[in-house]
Amino acid sequence: MSQPTLEQKPEKDRKKGFGQTLWEWLTTVDHKKIGIMYLVSGGLFFLIAGVQAMLIRIQLMVPENDFLTAFTYNELLTMHGTIMIFFAAMPILVGFMNAIVPLQIGARDLAFPFLNALGFWLFLLGALLLNVSWFMGGAPNAGWTNYVPLSSGYEGSGIDFYVLGLQISGFGTLITGINFLVTIINMRAPGMTLMRMPMFTWTALTMSALILFAFPPLTAGLFLVMFDRIFDANFFDVAAGGNVIIWQHLFWIFGHPEVYILILPSFGIISEVIPTFAKKRLFGYEAMVFATILIAFVGFMVWAHHMFTVGLGPFVNVLFGIATMIIAVPTGIKIFNWLFTLWGGRIQFTAASLWALGFIPTFVMGGVTGVMVSVAPADYQYHDSYFVVAHFHYVIVGGVVLAVFAGLHYWWPKMFNRKLNEPLGKATFWLFLIGFHLTFFVQHFLGLWGMPRRYFTYIGGQGLDTGNLISTVGSLLMGGASVLLLINIIMTAIRGVPADHDPWDGRTLEWATPTPVPKYNFAQIPQVRGLDAYWLAKMEGKKDLPAAEPPGPIHMPSPSIIPFIMALGLFISGWGFCLHSFYEDSFIPYLIGIIGLVIAFGCMAIHSLIDDPGIHIEPSEHNKERET
Amino acid sequence: MRKSLQLILPTWILFLAGCGDPSLSALLPGGPVAAEQLSLIKLSITIMTFVMVVVFVIFAYVLIRYRQRPGDDHIPKQVNGNTLLEITWTAIPVLLITVLAIPTVMTTFSLSESYPEDEADREPMTAQAAENGLRVNVTAYTFWWEFDYPDLEINTANELYIPTNQRVYFELTSNDVIHSFWAPALAGKQDANPGIINPMYFEADEPGVYEGRCAELCGASHALMNFRVIALEPEEFEDWVQSMKSFRPEQASTDLAKQGRDLFQQSCIACHSLEADLRNPSGPNLALFANREMLANHLTNNPENLAKWIANPGEVKPGALMPGAPELGLSDEDIAALVEYLSQLN
Repeated sequence: MSQPTLEQKPEKDRKKGFGQTLWEWLTTVDHKKIGIMYLVSGGLFFLIAGVQAMLIRIQLMVPENDFLTAFTYNELLTMHGTIMIFFAAMPILVGFMNAIVPLQIGARDLAFPFLNALGFWLFLLGALLLNVSWFMGGAPNAGWTNYVPLSSGYEGSGIDFYVLGLQISGFGTLITGINFLVTIINMRAPGMTLMRMPMFTWTALTMSALILFAFPPLTAGLFLVMFDRIFDANFFDVAAGGNVIIWQHLFWIFGHPEVYILILPSFGIISEVIPTFAKKRLFGYEAMVFATILIAFVGFMVWAHHMFTVGLGPFVNVLFGIATMIIAVPTGIKIFNWLFTLWGGRIQFTAASLWALGFIPTFVMGGVTGVMVSVAPADYQYHDSYFVVAHFHYVIVGGVVLAVFAGLHYWWPKMFNRKLNEPLGKATFWLFLIGFHLTFFVQHFLGLWGMPRRYFTYIGGQGLDTGNLISTVGSLLMGGASVLLLINIIMTAIRGVPADHDPWDGRTLEWATPTPVPKYNFAQIPQVRGLDAYWLAKMEGKKDLPAAEPPGPIHMPSPSIIPFIMALGLFISGWGFCLHSFYEDSFIPYLIGIIGLVIAFGCMAIHSLIDDPGIHIEPSEHNKERET
Repeated sequence: MRKSLQLILPTWILFLAGCGDPSLSALLPGGPVAAEQLSLIKLSITIMTFVMVVVFVIFAYVLIRYRQRPGDDHIPKQVNGNTLLEITWTAIPVLLITVLAIPTVMTTFSLSESYPEDEADREPMTAQAAENGLRVNVTAYTFWWEFDYPDLEINTANELYIPTNQRVYFELTSNDVIHSFWAPALAGKQDANPGIINPMYFEADEPGVYEGRCAELCGASHALMNFRVIALEPEEFEDWVQSMKSFRPEQASTDLAKQGRDLFQQSCIACHSLEADLRNPSGPNLALFANREMLANHLTNNPENLAKWIANPGEVKPGALMPGAPELGLSDEDIAALVEYLSQLN
C-alpha cells in the first residue's frame, strides 16, 4: 500500500509556516482548492443564516413575543434569505462544481483558472460587504426581494450594502458561470460526447447557462436602486414619474431562474448518488437531459407567477400560471426516472444515499405545492402567506439542502481524502428530516389560516399559536442536526482514516483519480467510451481507464494574487459608496469608491499587460508525485 | 368528477376546515370569492395528493423490494430506459395539469371583473347602489388603511363597513410603499401599489367581523397593520351610513372633554379629520372614533391603550409616523383630556 499515512501528512504541512499556507490559498487557481474554499465559506454562511433562522423561530414561538424588536426582525429575515440564497446555497453548489466537474469530464482544471479564483474572491468579498452592514448602521431590512419603493426611498443605509454587496458577488457568479460553460463545452476528454456526460456535469452546464442569462437583469435592477439611493435618481419614485413594478419584473426575471440555478445542480447530485448506491445506470438518461434543459428553458417564462397579486391583469396571470404548471411535467419525468433507477437495483443505505433518498418524497411535496401556487386565483390566498414560506422551504431545504448534504457525504472522500463518519451521518439525516417536516409542514396550514409572511408577531387566540410552536420545535431539531454535522466534520478532520480513491464503487471519472487528487488531476487524459466511463472500465476488469495521450509535460496555470487584490479593490469601492449616508455632502465616500475602482482596474491592466506562461510539470515529476 | 374526487378525501378536508379562526382563515370562507378560491385549493390539493400517493407507493415499494440484503453482491441489470414509461409519465401529468388549468383560467377572468364603468351596464340606481354593488376606494399608508366610499361621500379608516350579500368593488392604491390588502375569509389579496389603481371585489354572506392583514412587507410595523371588515345586514349598514353622515364632532359632555376638543383642534386636526365627508390624507379619519373596536391597527380601543398610543406611538407601533406627546408638547393632563374627548366620539 502506497497510501500516505496520517503521520506523514501533517508533518509535511507543518513544514510550511502559517503565512506560507495562507499565501498558497490566497493565490491558488487550482479548482480543487477553490472548491474547498467555496465549500468552507458557503458552509460558514449557512451556519450564520441558520442561526438567524433560529432567532426568527424563537421570536415566533409564542404570540406577541418581544424577544426581538420589529426592526431587528426585519433585518434578520432579510439577511437570512439573502445569505442563504446568494452566499450559502449557491457557493456550496459552485464549490461542488469546482471540485468535481473538471474531474468528471477528464480535464486538468477549468478553462480560465485565473477567472475562477477571481469569481471566488468576488463572491466572498461581496458577501463580507453585505455582512459589514451589521456594524455600520444596521443590516438591510426590506426582505431578500428588496421591493421598491420601500428599499429605494424609505429604509436605511443597510440597503446600500445589499445593493453593492450583491453587485460585487454577482460579477463573480457571472464570471464563474461563463467559465463553466466554456470548460464543459471545450475541455471534455476525448470520447466524452455531450450525451456521455455525467448528469451532474449536465446540470452544471445548464445552471451556468441560466446564470449567464439571469444575472444581468438582477445587476441592472440593483444598478437602478443604487442610482436612486446614492445618486438621487428617480427610477422608482412615483412622484417623479417612476414605476415601482419594474424592479419586481427585473428581480423575478432573475429570481425565478435562480431557483433553478439552485435546484438543477441539486438534481445533478441526486442523479449521481442514486445510480451509485442502486448499482444501476441512471434510468432514462436521455429523458433526464431533455428534462433538465426544458426546465431551464421554461424557467425563464414563469417569473410573473411571483407577481399574481401585483395587478398585471387576468391575461398575464393565466399565461404565467399555465407556463408554471408546464414545469411540473419535466420535473415529474425526473422523479419517476430516479424511482426507476432504484427499481431493480441493489440499494445500499449509506449516509449519502439516505440524504438522496430523503430528497425524493420531500422534494415531491415541495413540487406539488409549486403547482398549487400556479393556480392564480388560489394564489391570491397563498401569496405572501406562510403557505409560500412552506413551499419554498420544501423546495430549497427539502430539495437543495438535502441534495447538498448527500453530495457532502458522497464527495467528501474525494475532496478531503477521508470519509465522514457513517453512523453519525445517518443520525444527522434522521434528525434533520424529522425537524424539517415538523418545521415546515405545519406552515402550509398557518398560511391558509391567515398568517402572512414577514410578520414579526401575531395576535394570540386566532388559531395560529400551536402551529407556530410546532414549527419552532422542529427548527430546533434542524439546528441540532446541523451541530451534529459540524461535529462529524471536526471528528473526521481529527480522527478520520484516509479513504480509498473509489470508496463507493463509483461510476464516473472522478473516482478514477488517485486520492489525494494530484494537482493536474490526470497524468494522462483518459479516453471515454460511454456514459459511466469508469464503471464500464471496471466491468471490463480494468483497474485504470485507457489513456487518450502518451505521457508528456503537463501545462498548468501559475498561482496569482491578482484576483484577490482585484476583488479587494471592488470591496473597498463598494464600502466607500456605502459611506454616503454617513457623510452627507462630503466627497470622501466617492473618493474611497473611486480609489477602490482604480485598484480593481489597475489589477486588470497588470493582468493584461504581463504575460503569464504558466508552469510545466515534466512526466518524471508526476511519476514521482504519484509514488509518494 | 370534481365532486367525487373531493369525496375521496373527506378527512383531509375536515382537517383543513377544522382549524383556524373563522374570522381569519382562508379555509372557512365567509363569502363567494373566498369560497371559489377554496374550491380551487381543494381541487389542486386533491390532484396533488393523488400524485404524492403514486410517488410514495412506488418509492416505498422499491426501497423495500430492492434493498441490499446481507451477502448480496450481484450486479443489477444496467437498464437504459423505457420509452413507453417515459411517455406515460409525461402524458398523465399533462392530463392532470389540463384538469387544473381550465378552472384556473375561468376563475382568474371572473375574479378580475371590476365595477361596471359604462353607465348602460349598470342597473338603474336604486337604494344606495345595491344592485351595482358598493364602491370603496382603499388607500394604504404606512401603517394604516383609508376607506373612502365615493358614492356615499364617507371617509373612514381601518374598519371597513360593508353590507352583506352585495358585491363590494374596491380600487386599491398606496400613498407610499407597496402594501397588500388581504381579508383571508372573504377573498385573496391584492397589492396596493403607489401610482397604480388595482381593482378587486368581494362579498360577505353573513354579518360578522372579518380580520384583514397587510400582506406585503412595508416596514417595521408590517405585522401591526391590520384592518377589520364589519359586515352588516343591509338595513343596519344603512343605519351606519346615516350615523356617519349625521356625526358632529362638536359634542363634548364634560369639561375635560371640552378641553380635549380644544387641544384636538390645536394639535391633531392638521392630520386627523373628524367629519366623515372630509378627506385628509395625512392621517386616519376619526369620525365615530369611539365606536371603533381596534386602535392603532392591532390593539383594543380602550382609554388605557389610547393614552399609551398618544403618549408614544413608536412604542405601540414601531416606525409609526404619528408624532408623540413630546413632539406635540402634550402633558399627561393633555393626554387625559384628549382620551376623554375621543372616547366620546360615538
